[in-house]
Amino acid sequence: MSYTLIAVVAVAAVIVVDLAVLRTRLLLRADFWIAYAIMFFFQLLTNGVLTGREVVQYADDSFLGVGNDVAEPVFIGSGRLFFAPVEDLLFGFAMILLILAVWIWLGRRGLQRTPTSGPPRWQTPIEAAE
Amino acid sequence: MTYLIVLTFILLGSAWLEWGLRTRVLRRWRRLLLALLIGGAPFLLWDIYAVAAGHWWFDSEQLSSVMLPFGIPLEEFLFFPIVGFAGILTLEAVRSVRGGPMGDEPVAAVSAKSDGADG
Repeated sequence: MSYTLIAVVAVAAVIVVDLAVLRTRLLLRADFWIAYAIMFFFQLLTNGVLTGREVVQYADDSFLGVGNDVAEPVFIGSGRLFFAPVEDLLFGFAMILLILAVWIWLGRRGLQRTPTSGPPRWQTPIEAAE
Repeated sequence: MTYLIVLTFILLGSAWLEWGLRTRVLRRWRRLLLALLIGGAPFLLWDIYAVAAGHWWFDSEQLSSVMLPFGIPLEEFLFFPIVGFAGILTLEAVRSVRGGPMGDEPVAAVSAKSDGADG
């Protein structure tokens, strides 16, 4: 199986886990998407370094883009975004969603539900309670 | 060293949330470790498969020389817990600012927004 196929199957599988298996339904929460947007930005940045500097290299026949065995990675184009294969975005999305869904699921089952997060240090607890 | 530097950046770039936004993830370390184990393991297995199948490989010149079983460099293994930890910190940081709910609150707390003893 190619990287592309596994990535698509993984995203679909984790979506089913979040919505139907663990029923954590993070995909339906705005807070998840805000957190994912932050992580997406940093993924482009950090993964861009790893793939642009060719710390990680990809085989031409494993993904949609042009492999490192054929040509140097480009910033955008040839199946790449910020030097990384677009499949890496699917890998990252699936991994983050599964880890966060399991984190929420464990809390819902009563494993260290507390102490809860917040308030931010720039707020006093009294301000946050109001 | 490139990969180690990137991992350090991810760790430092997110770890401050534990203090600055009082995410309290480290104080829930058993839940953290179990979430990283259960949620991260399938992706580590995918990584091992992909390396074995030749989908991707690593430039040993830019890595520490520590190689783990199944052809996984130390940095690549550390990627999973570090990125997972950063993800959980980010989610809890958003909750710290916006207040949730996120789906793991006690039933009574969703409306009352008060919290009692652990689980």
